[in-house]
Amino acid sequence: MSFRRALSAAAVLLTFAACEQKKSAPSAAPAAGQGSAAPGAKIWFGHVGSLTGQEATFGDSTDKGIKLAVDELNSKGGVKGKQVDLKTYDDQGKPEEAALAATRLITQDKVTVLLGEVASSRSLAMAPIADANKVPHITPSSTNPKVTKDGEKTRPYVFRVCFIDPFQGTVMAKFAKEKGIKKVAILRDVGNAYSVGLADYFLSKFKDLGGTIVNDQSYKAGDQDFKAQLTAIKPKAPEAIYVPGYYTDVALIARQARELGIKVPLMGGDGWDSAKLFEIGGQAIEGSYFSNHYSPDDPSPRIQDFIKRYKARYGAVPDSMAATGYDAAMVAGDAISRAKDTTGEAIAEAIAATKDFPGVTGVITLDKDHNAVKSAVVLEVKGGKAVYVATVTPDAPAGAAPQPVSAPAPAAQPKPAPY
Amino acid sequence: MTELLQHLINGLSLGTIYALVALGYTMVYGVLKLINFAHGDVYMVGAFAGYYLGAVIGADRSPNVGKAALVTIGAMAICGALGFVVERFAYRPLRHRARLTALITAIGVSFLLEFGFQLNPLLRAPVEFPPGPAPRFFPALVDLGPPLEPLGATVQRIDILGFVVAILLMLALQWIVYRTRFGVAMRAVSFDPQVAGLMGIPVNRIISGTFVLGSALAAAAGIINASSRPRIEPLMGLMSGLKAFVAAVLGGIGSVPGAMAGGVVLGLVEEFVAGYTSSRYRDAIAFTVLILVLLVRPEGLFGKGQVEKV
Amino acid sequence: MIRGAFRSVLPFVVGIPLLAIAQAFVPQAYFLWIVTIGVNVVLAVSLNVVNGFTGQFSLGHAGFMAVGAYTAAKVSLAFAGVRIVGLPEVVSDQLAFAFALAGGMGAAALAGFLVGMPSLRLRGDYLAIVTLGFGEIIRSLIENTTVLGEALGLQGLPKRTNVVWIGVSALATIVMARRLAVSTQGRALFAIREDEIAAEAMGVDTTGYKVRAFTISAAYAGLAGGLVGHSIQMVTPAMFTFIRSIEVVVMVVLGGLGSVTGSILAAVVLGIAIEAFRNFQEYRMVVYALLLVVLMLLRPQGILGTRELWDLRFFRRVPRPRPLAATPGGASPTDVRDEP
Repeated sequence: MSFRRALSAAAVLLTFAACEQKKSAPSAAPAAGQGSAAPGAKIWFGHVGSLTGQEATFGDSTDKGIKLAVDELNSKGGVKGKQVDLKTYDDQGKPEEAALAATRLITQDKVTVLLGEVASSRSLAMAPIADANKVPHITPSSTNPKVTKDGEKTRPYVFRVCFIDPFQGTVMAKFAKEKGIKKVAILRDVGNAYSVGLADYFLSKFKDLGGTIVNDQSYKAGDQDFKAQLTAIKPKAPEAIYVPGYYTDVALIARQARELGIKVPLMGGDGWDSAKLFEIGGQAIEGSYFSNHYSPDDPSPRIQDFIKRYKARYGAVPDSMAATGYDAAMVAGDAISRAKDTTGEAIAEAIAATKDFPGVTGVITLDKDHNAVKSAVVLEVKGGKAVYVATVTPDAPAGAAPQPVSAPAPAAQPKPAPY
Repeated sequence: MTELLQHLINGLSLGTIYALVALGYTMVYGVLKLINFAHGDVYMVGAFAGYYLGAVIGADRSPNVGKAALVTIGAMAICGALGFVVERFAYRPLRHRARLTALITAIGVSFLLEFGFQLNPLLRAPVEFPPGPAPRFFPALVDLGPPLEPLGATVQRIDILGFVVAILLMLALQWIVYRTRFGVAMRAVSFDPQVAGLMGIPVNRIISGTFVLGSALAAAAGIINASSRPRIEPLMGLMSGLKAFVAAVLGGIGSVPGAMAGGVVLGLVEEFVAGYTSSRYRDAIAFTVLILVLLVRPEGLFGKGQVEKV
Repeated sequence: MIRGAFRSVLPFVVGIPLLAIAQAFVPQAYFLWIVTIGVNVVLAVSLNVVNGFTGQFSLGHAGFMAVGAYTAAKVSLAFAGVRIVGLPEVVSDQLAFAFALAGGMGAAALAGFLVGMPSLRLRGDYLAIVTLGFGEIIRSLIENTTVLGEALGLQGLPKRTNVVWIGVSALATIVMARRLAVSTQGRALFAIREDEIAAEAMGVDTTGYKVRAFTISAAYAGLAGGLVGHSIQMVTPAMFTFIRSIEVVVMVVLGGLGSVTGSILAAVVLGIAIEAFRNFQEYRMVVYALLLVVLMLLRPQGILGTRELWDLRFFRRVPRPRPLAATPGGASPTDVRDEP
């Protein structure tokens, strides 16, 4: 093909495609009741998520939760009298893309609040940019403690509405201990910072509580065969296997463990939370436990109401990514309405002061490290779904009797302060 | 002892899959001297084809042998067609160009399949296509019964079936290559395509046939693997494809029994190294084997040393 | 030789002040985007030395980038809070960054040498897979090393990358590639690309030159890695997957294997396109894949082939030679003819 023809073809293609560029992300569905929104003026939330790639389901769920929250904020009249709109960018699961997307959201789309990401490594890429530009950044479910910290100091503009891995690792360690389990094997995803961190924290806490780790094996996300590792684990006769990975691999690991005759339960973290865990895991995953941000069983009206609304809009029960996404957006909205103006500093101050906020993933209070101090729930896989077993509060022993997670705060949604 | 036996069984099961995919690599390389990067992804398409066919004929609700066979053959046919299309439109026009060009195209096709399948569904009925990045559960096509338990180790019947099918397919392939006219033509084309053409062999048709055959084998591998490890996703062919290539090289690229042997050996090596030493470097094992083979004995176990003529 | 040295230094003498001015005017919003484009240029031009000049197909560029990035990160973290005696802090910081980048380049060059030595005996298709394998092995090693932060990587790197550094690095890579292309060593590389056995027969030490090209290319990949790490202030293994390698290969192939200006053009065009089409990110890799296939089918030499931008007819300053007097059969005077 001659050079000139190629050049003209490319020019035509680019011009055509460039016309589409201005299409923005679909804004929140207009609410039935018109709020007292000022026409034209909007508050933008920016969401960076993994919408493609292997972790696409997480980013997608989070986005759905955020969208639901934005709709609700708007149906109640918006925040500070203005309607909220959402702009979402895909980071393809790459940290540099997350940084680029965050920069774009801040500098070009002029978002007031940055939301995201699920994975800690990508939140870490976004955090310095949020700080440098004085834009508040809330991560819904990144659990690595380093995200809100810059060395030893706490980042002034970075917050999270979930617990951190040192706590989550402790949750299952305590739970195992309470169940009388003394010997555990670990099977971690060596390429996933979340899995490695959680495994390390579980390991140290379990040893502190007097347990023994009989074997520590690794795999890589996307692996199809785990039998080598499981065959090595089996003769060490653990009473449970801690698999703090993502549901895609955990489901297959459970199957292969049962195929090898390993009957002990598996334990894991919030990475298990997906309907696909039961679909792919089938009978093999029954009787295993995992720590999570919230339980769909919780009879608290606030949570059941959220589940109903989410189901009505998306046709599925929300997973913890959707729930934390929802909470992150609601906390943002609440903070903006409490803040004295809409500058980054004021909003950041307001977010930091969040106390006893009734979220669907628990009552959210942010500590001095900008992390949420809240309980975790332990769920058991029973009958093809996740059933509530216990709540573990920070610095309290795992509850043995089933207790609802409902908080003492009123179940009603927080109303934005009238301005 | 039980542990050793279990590792052996696991390694053979793993190796079977590598062997089946390696057969396709080795055949195409033997005939075209091209590493078909996209072959691993044809394996993935085979698994998805089986998944879609199974959904359409209701295999998940009432599995039986007939449906299983139908799904397998259907998937093999679909992948055969895919192989034909890829060869015809992406590789044939480049046959007279530099090898690098064909290699780049192969990478392009591979990525096209992988990332094309990761797009969100554009078609909703009768099936969701493309499947999107989330993994899917591959329902069992046939219920074979409880696992066997020799000496305390467990063997899943599907793995035994897979191994038997692999051996049968390999024998069938050997028969085709050495006992049929098509096979003679294939071998002639692999020695020298120009002269084979002069001798009256329809080179294009033979090459197309080779691709179809290799792709069908990959589809069979996909279905067997998906039956044994029931999670399918668009990127499943990536690592498996690379490891199968290593297996083909290990056994001697261009040799059918070599591909089988290479697959089994690689599966066993991977299983024993990961099981007895550290499982942290599992993927790196395959690449290390490749590098060692290429440095120490580049023609592989069954290959013949090739002299490069100018 | 003085002329050569002059040619090597002049771009920097002119370029650095221009870049400093540009930096003052570029809005912060475009910073990361410019970093991306600059890094792409460095990666594409450096890979071109191996894939384009020497005709060896390497798919492991991201691995060398990782080695450079982590080494630079480690050096930077070692210098954190330390000031070189006798220098103002700003200068000390810049010097520390220079050390970090140099360290990254050195380590990456070593990695390139170690990888190249065994691999470069292999032929095209095998080399591609082996280099891919080495890239994955490097990443695997990083993920399992505690002092390198394992899967989370290293954070808290100072933000030293700026327009000047990006520009200087890009200039350095381009100057290196061009000087190489017009040198004796470059001729050897082209000879290896055209016909390796003939080159060997003519006395070119093919393996030696291939390894050298590999090493240089790896060094500049390390430079790119160091720049990226210091722009988003962290390095993680997820930044250096083989998909990154493939993206660089797409740039080099699009621009033309062997054309330095082609690689620069492709790097800039793709960098712009990615930002412009952010709404279509779902299709990005599919578009890359289609681009590769369509390109190979319709125009395998890419945009510029092995020529440079100034070789195009559009830029030629010399008038075309007038056609000579008519010769029998329309043959040119230099054709060999049987009859006198």
